[in-house]
Amino acid sequence: MFDPHGPIARSIATHGWWLLLMSIAVYLVVMVALLIALGRRRREIDDQPETTRRLTRNVSIAVALTVVILVGIAASSVVSGRGIYSPSGAGAVTVDVVGHQWWWDFQYHDVTPSDVFTSPNELHIPVGLPVVIKAMSTDVIHSFWVPNLMGKRDLIPGIVTNTWIQADEPGVYRGQCAEFCGHQHAHMALEVVAEPMNTFQAWIRHQREPAAEPATDEERRGKDVFMQSTCVTCHAIRGTDAGSHLGPELTHVASRLTIAAGTLPNARGHLAGWIANSQSIKPGNRMPPNALTPDDLQAVLAYVRSLR
Amino acid sequence: MSEFVHPVERRMTISAADEERLRTQLERTWYVPRGIIGWCSVADHKTMGKRYIVTAFCFFTFAGILAGLMRLQLAVPNNHFIGPDLYNQIFTVHGTMMMFLFAVPVMEALGVYLVPLMVGTRNIAFPRLNAFSYYVYLFGGVMLVVTMLLNTAPDVGWFSYVPLAGPDYTPGKRADFWAQLITFTEVAALAVSVELVATIFKARAPGMSLNRMPLFVWSMLVTALMVIFAMPSIVTCSSFLLLDRLVGTHFYNPAEGGDSLLWQHLFWFFGHPEVYIIFVPALGIVSSIISAFTWRPIFGYSAMVMSLVATGFIGFGLWVHHMFATGLPALGLEYFTAASIVIAIPTGIQIFCWIASLWRGRPRFHTPLVFVLGFFAIFVLGGLSGVTLASVPFDLQVHDSYYVVAHFHYVLLGGAVFPLIGGIYFWFPKMTGRLMDDRLGKVNFWLLFIGFNITFFPMHILGLEGMPRRVYTYPDNMGWNTLNLVSSLGALLLVVGGALFVYNVVRSYRWGLAGSDNPWGAETLEWSMSSPPPVYNFLHIPVVEGRCALWDRSADAPIVTGIRSDVREVLISDVMDAEPINVAEYPEPSIWPFLCAVVTSGFFIGSIFTPWALPVSILPLAVTLIGWFWPKKRDRERAIEEQDEDRRLHDAA
Amino acid sequence: MTGFWRTTTCLALMSELSLFAAGCQREVRPFQELAVASARTQNQSPFQKNAYGTAEGKRLFDQYNCSGCHAHGGGGMGPALMDDKWIYGSEPANIFESIVEGRPNGMPAWRNKIPDQQVWELVAYVQSMIGQESIDVLPSRSDHMRYSTPENARRAQTPVQTHTP
Repeated sequence: MFDPHGPIARSIATHGWWLLLMSIAVYLVVMVALLIALGRRRREIDDQPETTRRLTRNVSIAVALTVVILVGIAASSVVSGRGIYSPSGAGAVTVDVVGHQWWWDFQYHDVTPSDVFTSPNELHIPVGLPVVIKAMSTDVIHSFWVPNLMGKRDLIPGIVTNTWIQADEPGVYRGQCAEFCGHQHAHMALEVVAEPMNTFQAWIRHQREPAAEPATDEERRGKDVFMQSTCVTCHAIRGTDAGSHLGPELTHVASRLTIAAGTLPNARGHLAGWIANSQSIKPGNRMPPNALTPDDLQAVLAYVRSLR
Repeated sequence: MSEFVHPVERRMTISAADEERLRTQLERTWYVPRGIIGWCSVADHKTMGKRYIVTAFCFFTFAGILAGLMRLQLAVPNNHFIGPDLYNQIFTVHGTMMMFLFAVPVMEALGVYLVPLMVGTRNIAFPRLNAFSYYVYLFGGVMLVVTMLLNTAPDVGWFSYVPLAGPDYTPGKRADFWAQLITFTEVAALAVSVELVATIFKARAPGMSLNRMPLFVWSMLVTALMVIFAMPSIVTCSSFLLLDRLVGTHFYNPAEGGDSLLWQHLFWFFGHPEVYIIFVPALGIVSSIISAFTWRPIFGYSAMVMSLVATGFIGFGLWVHHMFATGLPALGLEYFTAASIVIAIPTGIQIFCWIASLWRGRPRFHTPLVFVLGFFAIFVLGGLSGVTLASVPFDLQVHDSYYVVAHFHYVLLGGAVFPLIGGIYFWFPKMTGRLMDDRLGKVNFWLLFIGFNITFFPMHILGLEGMPRRVYTYPDNMGWNTLNLVSSLGALLLVVGGALFVYNVVRSYRWGLAGSDNPWGAETLEWSMSSPPPVYNFLHIPVVEGRCALWDRSADAPIVTGIRSDVREVLISDVMDAEPINVAEYPEPSIWPFLCAVVTSGFFIGSIFTPWALPVSILPLAVTLIGWFWPKKRDRERAIEEQDEDRRLHDAA
Repeated sequence: MTGFWRTTTCLALMSELSLFAAGCQREVRPFQELAVASARTQNQSPFQKNAYGTAEGKRLFDQYNCSGCHAHGGGGMGPALMDDKWIYGSEPANIFESIVEGRPNGMPAWRNKIPDQQVWELVAYVQSMIGQESIDVLPSRSDHMRYSTPENARRAQTPVQTHTP
């Protein structure tokens, strides 16, 4: 059920299993006591003071046991909590996690300003190293949650908080917004891609590159359509004139696993449907329907699909 | 002031003819007015209590239908049955209605009905305020239902977190209706709480010292005090929200020095005690039922009372466990973990004491007790999952997931609704004079019990598998499909069980077996009069001789005399020992509280649209209040008489 | 049923229906394309009287940097939108045209850059800036620095067209 793949999640899972087993045990004991109380044979001496004394003793023992168990739970909770509040080591990289209605933006810090880049809806992290997360939001409260790797951290407008994430095995882990944030709270997912350090480094280097130039005629025409239509009003593609940051950046959109914040697989057909009328897929999202001609749509698709 | 004479007499001195005369006179004095205007003027706590209960169950049904729609939508993945816009309204209204319009009012309604009977007085304190509170509650609830039908229902969750509920992200009037609904229910709940506290502290029958009060009365006292301390917090925060939205203040706007977390602190400072406000009365119901069906007093009375009071106190110290994921400092989180865990101790004590009571007594398995046993099976599980949620690391994982949904349905449905339904089966013969069908009741129980567990148990697992709350749909490939479908099928059973309950109530009301005054042989004072109770409750105010008022009553139990029967006079006693210290006269029925509630509601609804609602409604409000408190001629005459008396005594001295 | 009750029920139903019409139009969340094609001939934004559409217009007004020139309606490089002087007319069709076709002296043409639906949302918002909306639809303050009185607290202006194109 927990399926942990990182130190935080593992610590939570160990602690969680202990809590759950303890709860089940206590539940069974209480239910058995209740059943015995209901089903036992009644005797004449039940109303004697001696019975009351015995019951008082038993209830006191039960209360004392409860206190012991609760203190145990509190202690274990503090211990495992202290273990996950702060990273196990220096962070390999620092990422701003910015919540938007209804998508995520991951901004990778760097000392060189030109090396700062953003990766919408897809967080890449190196395996086995803690990654520092700065949680913030531009509109309403969201909550960053990757069940296999870590618990939740709310993204609150006006407040920046730090937390961390770490994966111990390579893989793709799904995360989702956990704080109700409006119409498309249900479709505000993300992928965490954990990969070995060298792959991660290569990914970083690639992300810093500007967008690929269109290679074919259709792609070139697609770029023209993109630049002259509504797309450019909200989306940025580094290396081109498109520079608006209202929607997710598309510089390397074709390299991503999903579109629309983890809603659809990144395939040509889904992308076509999304561009034409995203409102039928994710009603209420901020992308308006686009009345492109079929030719223009195909061209834009070809161009966007070439942005690897 | 003249010295108050202790008005306790032995029973023998009253002849049968005198009793009959007294009965006639009391009936005339404590009359319940008829007709449409009379209907709006009633000030009798039993009538108002019944209205409250019926209204609350109507809202329960409405909110239950909404829950059914949600389960329909979530039965299969990627469902297009209900879109996000409507789904958000549905889950918001479901939560809001269940918390504010069903759970809290229905518990207070039971208190309104039962507390004056249990403490041995003729009416609730401030009966006109009681009528006022009911109408305010009714109008507020109707307003929410209407908004749901007008596509104007709040869609920001029953917790209305800002900035989502703020002016920038929820345009229109949806969130304003939510904020004003809160105001409606707060006014009603605060008024009822004040009445209950006053009744419990000042109107108990002689002999019912604090340590002899029935546990149900204790639980209502703790609840009422919690309401009085918790509600101002949400009055504040919902008014701030309304001001932010309507007038453009910046309480929750970080860019202008406000704070979006301020909302969460204020809301949960109320919101957590709120669940105890719902749950503590249920503890009182459980105690009443167990003692009646084992024919033994509850084991460990003092421990039970201490636990109730402790729950009331500690309940205010753990609101931050709703905010563990906001990134507060570790030490703060640990404090609230500890507090949240500590509150399990008083609850544990009560569970153990009840088990000891059942162990010692001879349980008779009638429907009310069966519901209480169902309460044990469900509530203990919910309580234990609550302890797991108190632990920060575990909570960070399951917070805002379906695990939490499962948890609070286990504690609220299992901890409050099961005892409540048991309580309805238990007190129905007192309220109507007819017994509810026991066999149907047991079928009803099993439908609800099995349906409940099928619906909500899978949600624990869904939460642990990562399904977040408040989503209108979910993807196909997450492994959540089967459990969601199972849960939706369970909801079907719950609906059938609920319908059966309504059927049983209606049928028994018409054709049920006539019950005696005390069909269960229970201990508390409400079982001493006829069923349904006469308008004046007690022919003679009794004198309580022990903790179990009826079981400890001696053959020649004294009664209170010397209370006037030609005016609405009641005995006032002192807080600790319930020694009679004075008499007070309760007001007659009046239409003014109703009119005042109409004006107040107009003001509340008007202020959703314009701040001018305040100055405009001040004048009519003043008129209704003046009408409400206009002294009667007889009062003036009596006041003059008393003055004369005082002067004479003074002169004599 | 007596005549009194029938009348009362009828009245209640009618007031309910009128409430329904008002509430429905104000609160509906039109995600899908509305009938924006006919809006121009009807000379009315389909989002007028709709709180959500007007609020979307407000969001877009900021995000598309209309404030860069119009300064939240107070005017700067571009003309003020909060006063009662409207160079190119204050009719919804005029505003639509101003946005889509652009105007001399710096107002760019947004044709093909902003879809018609969003333009009509902007039109609804621009109308709301001078209070040409019912009070229950007007936006309130934003979660930003306060730049002026919130729209729902401004005095409604009657715009006068100062220039005939």
